[in-house]
Amino acid sequence: MSDLVDLVNHDYYEASARDRIAGVLDPGSFHEFLGAENRTISPHLAQFNLTGAFDDGLIIGAGRLDGQPVYIAAQEGRFMGGAFGEIHGAKLVGLLRAASANAKSKGIKAVLLLLDTGGVRLQEANAGELAISEAVHAIVEARLAGVPVLALVGGRSGAFGGGGIVTAYCSRIIVSDHGRIGVSGPEVIETNKGVEEFDAKDKGLVWRVTGGRTRAMMGGADCFVRGRVKNFRAAAIAQISVAPQFALATLVAEQKRLAERLQSYGDCRDAPEIWRKAGIADPASIADASEEVFASMPRLKEAAHDAR
Amino acid sequence: MEHFQVRATSARRAPGSRRQAIVGVNASGNVEILVERVLPDTDSVVEVTTAVAGFQNLWQAVITDFFARFPTGGLRFAINDGGAKPDVVTLRLMQSAQQVGGGQ
Repeated sequence: MSDLVDLVNHDYYEASARDRIAGVLDPGSFHEFLGAENRTISPHLAQFNLTGAFDDGLIIGAGRLDGQPVYIAAQEGRFMGGAFGEIHGAKLVGLLRAASANAKSKGIKAVLLLLDTGGVRLQEANAGELAISEAVHAIVEARLAGVPVLALVGGRSGAFGGGGIVTAYCSRIIVSDHGRIGVSGPEVIETNKGVEEFDAKDKGLVWRVTGGRTRAMMGGADCFVRGRVKNFRAAAIAQISVAPQFALATLVAEQKRLAERLQSYGDCRDAPEIWRKAGIADPASIADASEEVFASMPRLKEAAHDAR
Repeated sequence: MEHFQVRATSARRAPGSRRQAIVGVNASGNVEILVERVLPDTDSVVEVTTAVAGFQNLWQAVITDFFARFPTGGLRFAINDGGAKPDVVTLRLMQSAQQVGGGQ
């Protein structure tokens, strides 16, 4: 279906949601659920004089990853910022519930969530918020059924708002340099708390606080990858086998990890302060290093954990 | 929001046998096109949904030109428009016809 010559070597950030799926999964293995021909267009957007998308900005289906059966969902970040609406959310929840139901009968080994979202769609906000709460519930159920749920974040919209919350429920988070993860976005923080709290126009600050490097350094993401589709594919294959079980011990370990991290760095105002406090000799090197060099740099000791 | 169709009734049959394809994204300055092989061999239609009102004549011209240049018989195109310029629309239509004509 793609017009790209070389999907796996393609830049993940620039690729469409469909091309990301095609490049992450084994070639030709993807089978879409509720494809575009079903015209699952949002029933709400027309009231706001907005045209919809045939898949409502979310592509779901089954495929194989390194030979193993998996389910996959990918948000198209260029359609309404990848935001959650009623149908978009319902498709995600349905896929996650199917993963739980089919964990044994179809041997589903993982669910991959290729998130690329600013959060909930303002035009159908109540439905979007409900979808987020149902999705996180369904993630927990899938994990309880023994199916790891992996978040892959490397698109232009990152994973914000409800999308940021969704990542926190996942078994493992894979992030690239471009991937930003947070709940309230920079503009939201500035609007509510003032420019002294957070200057959303300062892109360096935005990336230092929410960007993939900082998340990976501190354990907010489990795996930092370079920005090619093949890097995300390789990381997803590797992370499935090390994804922790969802159990009380995991939650207790996560709570302990987060409490210690807050204790250590809770008063820092910017990422370089954290690096300095952690004993990194040249704090600026974290942001300045090339992707390749950063990928091989050591993480903070707090990033090594068996929690989440 | 406007919704309208442009039809061709004496089109040449589109090559290939693929049932459908989807190209593009409904984003600013872009279009999403779903093409399906569901019509008789001599018919073709482009269904347009756009938030930008008042350009129906321009759409008509772009689509008529597309029908004249490419064999589209049997194909139904559905467009969700994000405010694309005519050249982008033409390229996406060509891309969708090429993909659905790609065999399989």
